[in-house]
Amino acid sequence: MKNFKKLTAMAVSAAMIASVAAVPMTVSAEGGKVYYLNFKPEADEAWQKLAKSYTEQTGVEVTVVTAASGQYETTLQAEMGKSDAPTLFQVNGPVGLQNWADYCYDLTDSDIVNNLTSDAFALKNGDEIAGVGYVIESYGIIANVALLEKAGYTLDSIKSFDDLKKVADDIQARADELGVKGAFASTGMDGSSDWRFKTHLANLPVYYEYKADGIDNTDAIKGDYLDNYKAVFDLYITDSTCDPAELAAKTGDDARNEFLNGEAVFYQNGSWEYSSLSEKFGDDEIAMIPIYFGVDDANQGLCTGTENYWCVNVDADDEDIQATLDFMNWCISSEEGTKAMANDMGFTIPFKNAQESPNVFVKQDTAYTESGLTPVSWNFTTMPSEEWKNGLGSALTAYAAGTGDWDGVVSAFVDGWASEAALNG
Amino acid sequence: MDKQKKMSAKAAKSSTIATVVFAILSVLWVYPIIMILFNSLKKENAISTGRIFELPIGEAFNGIQNFVYGVTQMDFLSSFWYSLVITVSSVFLIILCCSMCAWYICRVNTLMSKIVYYLCIFSMVVPFQMVMFTLSKTADSLKLNNPYTICIIYLGFGAGLAVFMFTGFMKSIPLEIEEAAMIDGCNPMQIFFKVIMPITKPTTISTVILETMWVWNDYLLPTLVLDIKKYRTIPMDIQYFRGSYGSVQMGPMMACILLTVLPIIIVYLCAQKYILEGVVAGAVKG
Amino acid sequence: MEKSIRKYWPVFVLPTMVAFTIGFIWPFIWGIYLSFCKFQTLKKVKIVGFENYLQVFQDASFVHSFWFSALFTIVSTILINVLAFAIALVLTKGIKGTNIFRTIFFMPNLIGGIVLGYIWQSLLNGLLYKFGMPLLSLSMAEGFWGLIILMGWQQIGYMMIIYIAGLQNVSPELVEAAKIDGATNWQVLKNVKIPMVMPSITICSFLTLTNSFKLFDQNLSLTNGEPAKSTQMLAMNIYETYYARSGAQWKGIGQAKAVVFFLVVVVIALIQLRATRSKEVQA
Repeated sequence: MKNFKKLTAMAVSAAMIASVAAVPMTVSAEGGKVYYLNFKPEADEAWQKLAKSYTEQTGVEVTVVTAASGQYETTLQAEMGKSDAPTLFQVNGPVGLQNWADYCYDLTDSDIVNNLTSDAFALKNGDEIAGVGYVIESYGIIANVALLEKAGYTLDSIKSFDDLKKVADDIQARADELGVKGAFASTGMDGSSDWRFKTHLANLPVYYEYKADGIDNTDAIKGDYLDNYKAVFDLYITDSTCDPAELAAKTGDDARNEFLNGEAVFYQNGSWEYSSLSEKFGDDEIAMIPIYFGVDDANQGLCTGTENYWCVNVDADDEDIQATLDFMNWCISSEEGTKAMANDMGFTIPFKNAQESPNVFVKQDTAYTESGLTPVSWNFTTMPSEEWKNGLGSALTAYAAGTGDWDGVVSAFVDGWASEAALNG
Repeated sequence: MDKQKKMSAKAAKSSTIATVVFAILSVLWVYPIIMILFNSLKKENAISTGRIFELPIGEAFNGIQNFVYGVTQMDFLSSFWYSLVITVSSVFLIILCCSMCAWYICRVNTLMSKIVYYLCIFSMVVPFQMVMFTLSKTADSLKLNNPYTICIIYLGFGAGLAVFMFTGFMKSIPLEIEEAAMIDGCNPMQIFFKVIMPITKPTTISTVILETMWVWNDYLLPTLVLDIKKYRTIPMDIQYFRGSYGSVQMGPMMACILLTVLPIIIVYLCAQKYILEGVVAGAVKG
Repeated sequence: MEKSIRKYWPVFVLPTMVAFTIGFIWPFIWGIYLSFCKFQTLKKVKIVGFENYLQVFQDASFVHSFWFSALFTIVSTILINVLAFAIALVLTKGIKGTNIFRTIFFMPNLIGGIVLGYIWQSLLNGLLYKFGMPLLSLSMAEGFWGLIILMGWQQIGYMMIIYIAGLQNVSPELVEAAKIDGATNWQVLKNVKIPMVMPSITICSFLTLTNSFKLFDQNLSLTNGEPAKSTQMLAMNIYETYYARSGAQWKGIGQAKAVVFFLVVVVIALIQLRATRSKEVQA
């Protein structure tokens, strides 16, 4: 009897543990599976669709998770620690690769590398190819052509920073008459929008300094072109749809909506915006002009490059790695994949089978280059860390609102760079 | 007599003033929730910082668009379901296991039960950041990373408080009752469920409230532990609204906040007597 | 009796202990170990001794977040308890609508930290904008007071309920007797009511103290540390070091910060415990 009781007790406790441990285990398909941690929030929908279609056709399970804007590194850090880690992830260039080099599968001789149109898009780690740039993008100042004409100007009226300032100031002065709220859409400094300024606009002073010094990387930026940076940023926040005091809370959506609603004539952003803008505007109603910086305006084109490198997780199961390689290659070589990337995501991809993108900004970029302008390369991949960008962003926000001064921005830019670069070394 | 009358008249007057003051204060107190309600009915451009206090009328009114969009876009219903599953299973498990453990600690005077007790108290002090990485790693390798098993993690990390509260109460239960039941032929299991649990009801209610509030509202633990490829809880959803898809959609976010807050308020208004009493009981014993 | 219960330990203690080991003991010990290591994921873990700890104290943002948390904790603990006690005093006088007020004041306590933060972010930014002041993410002082207001809104109701219960336990005879002896209202409060509700005060101050010091969700959603990390509290600073900074060295430093944070909390808890004991002897 005693033993029986003991047995019952054991059984009850075992049942309690078992009942909570009994879980519906997820049934995984035979063979490998793909887990893609996507960097580009604006392309999330298109990726989900493409992944679903791939699964339907091949039976290979593809999961796409998109990190919230500004949260990619956080999400990647957390996810890479898990047993079911991403098999396909992104780094933003050489600096990003430093942290993840141990986790990158050598892509040498893989199909995707062989399909590249140029070796320049292979991200090298020593002799190995650690990543592949899969999209080329451009950014500049997007203009509403109709509104510009209404104000009495054409795209040809803007050929330099001084032109831009003159036109913007004039539009701002006649805002009510033209029915707009301001020349530039709000320079939102919310986390969903501040990368346009702390990263993309900040590329220009870096670019010109590198160019003047003939380097492509540095541990100590001097900030020689920060006055130009200030001039452009001042123009953005002065000739704007809203009070600078409000900018700290303005989001990326706010700026886009202002542009879509015809409340602003100019809007700094990139070719990835095409899919949302083309729903409202025809191809001849919008145009992208270079962010004239007052240095070499006559020769400056759009800012064109990539900060999106695909890396395959070397620690994944062999089957998963193979499945991932197959999936990547399918995306950039199959009819459906290339079409989705060109049309739905509006990408220009550096691969042999690439389809021509209907993206008007991309076409413009090609036209600018053909007419002899030099595209500005993307040097923000050499910025020392996310931390540096955040510091610059905070300083810019404070400057815009008047709670900080420009010295704060300079200090965040120059001193912040030095201290962050020291930590990387 | 006359003086007393004057006194009571004065008291009545000050009482009325207090009522009025508190009525105003109460309106201010619920205003943030009302503001969310108004803004959830407004169009996106009418929710901007400068227009947040405007009423949802005229061109700003957006009907239930935000609710429809928020619920479908963020898959709000499945997040709601996961939050519910996690909360119910975790709280049930915490109450059951910790009350049993607490009774054992109270009644069995061995070194082991002392060690368990002090470990539980110790765990109450430890901040979550101390274990966030290792805990999520452990949960991941034991497959405790989905809404149906994460309750074990909650039991483990939440055991301290519950055991502490239950032992505090059970110590005061006189032994005689249990001994009488024993003589009647009950085994310890029967004694526990038939005698102890009913007596412990007030503490159980307090613990249920505290643990429910913790688990339902918890953000960081599920974010790090759950398999984000498949599952999101409500707080994770709300946080995801900020900055997901490269944009912040204030309208749907307001709608989802309202949908998150409303059920809690309704449950609270229905069960407020028990909840308020439970809070007091818990505080006095804790 | 004791013997027969003891045999049942697999039912009574084992489930909790298994979960407790998984959910607390093992991660805790492992966490201490990792604070002496350099690692990014667990693929390459290298022991570096006390180096992480040296880095912790050189990190200005950590030191700043420590003082910010400490100041926040002190101010919010005092404000919340004083206000909650004052409201409780009025609500035990039997004014009209007491029950409704009690219900309303308690309500925000049930709303989660993330949601609270976003509600107040919209509200406070709207107000600040109306008065032409810089928005929340621009000023450390505003962020600080914003957090205090938010915490107050959330916690005052809860503490009020506990104080009301405490005040209701003060026997009316005692108050009456004091009044007959000619004590003023203030004297009654100071010499009769407050000593009698001392246990409630201890509990409430303990709860507000730990809640404030460990604050994370509200901090994340209301200010997110802006401007430039100046409103970042300890918990969030650790989280950021751990997950937002890329580079293998940061995880170990984050873990070391967490150990330091844990030790500070232990010290606070011990002081609090001592204070509690000495007060309870008096009461």
